Amino acid sequence: MENIINYISNLAIPSIIVTIIFYGLKEKTKVFDTFLDGAKDGIEIVLKMFPTLLGIFLAVGALRASGLIDGLVKLITPLTNFLEIPSAIIPLAVLRPISGSASMAVAVDILQNYGVDTLIGLITSTIMGSTETTFYTIAIYTSAVGIKKTRGILIAALAADVAGMLASTIVCRILS
Amino acid sequence: MLNILWPIFIILSVVYAIIFGNIEEVNTGIFNSLSEAVELSLTFLGTICLWSGIMEIAKKTSLINKLNKLLKPFINFLFPDLKNNEIAKQEISMNMIANILGLGNAATPLGIKAMKTMQKENKVKDTLSNSMMMFIVINTASIQLIPTNVIAIRTSLNSQNPTSIIIPVWIATIIAGVVGITLTKILIKRVK
Repeated sequence: MENIINYISNLAIPSIIVTIIFYGLKEKTKVFDTFLDGAKDGIEIVLKMFPTLLGIFLAVGALRASGLIDGLVKLITPLTNFLEIPSAIIPLAVLRPISGSASMAVAVDILQNYGVDTLIGLITSTIMGSTETTFYTIAIYTSAVGIKKTRGILIAALAADVAGMLASTIVCRILS
Repeated sequence: MLNILWPIFIILSVVYAIIFGNIEEVNTGIFNSLSEAVELSLTFLGTICLWSGIMEIAKKTSLINKLNKLLKPFINFLFPDLKNNEIAKQEISMNMIANILGLGNAATPLGIKAMKTMQKENKVKDTLSNSMMMFIVINTASIQLIPTNVIAIRTSLNSQNPTSIIIPVWIATIIAGVVGITLTKILIKRVK
């Protein structure tokens, strides 16, 4: 049974790639040129991410090495235990709606330190996949048309984020 | 925000380390994290470029039209005020498709276009219209078919099963989306 599940999930990415390429060929798209165009965007994503990654890693690295994070995690553990949330993901939960690249950097840091396939790793990945940079998104779209009154939309969006994060922890717990 | 937090983090770490005698660890820790950031960015470069390239191909094919058709009923449900505004609906649909395919860079410009079209019909120009509220909340909910960036990072970090998060991500996204949409529908009725 486990072998079958593994086989299917191994099949997932290659078959997505093949399906998309197949469609491209069928409709006579210049697949390789198009691929190169997209890959160039990828370089831009990583280049834009790099300074933030470096900055956040520097701060988080210093925090961790100083022993301060361990101290803080110990302090909030009773609360997070009560909510059944691993305390390691709290910094991520706080940063996620504020900054995309910073929260990605914190997520990577968690994945490296706690393992990609551990429960904490899975929750971290699920949170990153299922939530957005709420503040940034609202700011971009409202400022694009010069709107000031948002009718409480931030509350709805943040509530959705919290719901998504709680759902991530619960679903990963059940599935693993 | 980070302009305040970042220096506080660094100053606090150094002060804490001096008090508790961990300054040597901090010294090496800082430089280790720098090389980690460089190494990781290099591994990300490969996987993220792969997905951006593949999704760019998807963007050029009729897979887009198929998604467009699938989305129609949802868009009609979410944006009842836009009944006769085909252009706005089309732009919203393109923005959602870009989000679904994980093309964040393409989604934002398309979304701004949709906002501008909706602003034309907006009666109070400095306040969000009902449709705009719903549109923004949906964009904060990260509807993604395949969370390619996260999968790319999981692959770079040698995950045994990088795609294992797809189903949890779907479930969490749907729950977040339902909460966001419901609250927005309530806000639309209550807050004028």
